Amino acid sequence: MMHAAELPAWAALLTALLLLSGAGLALIGSLGLLRLESFYARVHAPTLGTTLGLACILAASMLYFSMLQARPVLHELLIAGFVTITTPVSLMLLARAALYRDRRAGSTEVPMPVLPRDAEAALGQWRAPDGG
Amino acid sequence: MSATLLIWSVTLAQLLLALALACGCLRMLRGPDARDRLLGFDAVSVNAMLLLLVFGIRTGSALYFEMALVIALLGFVGTAAFARFLMRGEVIE
Repeated sequence: MMHAAELPAWAALLTALLLLSGAGLALIGSLGLLRLESFYARVHAPTLGTTLGLACILAASMLYFSMLQARPVLHELLIAGFVTITTPVSLMLLARAALYRDRRAGSTEVPMPVLPRDAEAALGQWRAPDGG
Repeated sequence: MSATLLIWSVTLAQLLLALALACGCLRMLRGPDARDRLLGFDAVSVNAMLLLLVFGIRTGSALYFEMALVIALLGFVGTAAFARFLMRGEVIE
């Protein structure tokens, strides 16, 4: 915060606004993680922080450092691109794993896999031993 | 004036992100199942990365950006490896 006094007012205002909205969005997503009922609902909540929250905070950082150093500072785009690519991958892997385990456990709350008709025999491996 | 505005908003953003971090930690401690703990871990790593970026704005140094990048990488690798472990029982087959 040494050189923050050199910032023009509009840049400071915009940085503050972006920072607060990004942090607020991340908090809302994490609260959803805490409050939602089932795992499949909870998977969706933290992505609020990883998309819009992250974008806001990265934009604030880019704006702040660009104004501070009087040249465009864009290396935050690296984080943005990386997280945008990896978040869906990791959460989809996690949801797939959870679905797989639920099916193996014979849970009735998740849908069975959709298979062609002659593959009915292959369904046996998904069913619980007592045919549930 | 702009310095005061910035320092207050940065402090408030840090507070909000710390609360979000606490929510993720609580889910990690309380989660009824391994997958909930893993989801909590993912949220914690993302929130820690955001908190580091805000620290970078506060101090005006670019070091925090690199730490945030490292946390983003490690968070993804950790989550993907654990999800694979939940699915297969092994990480590397």
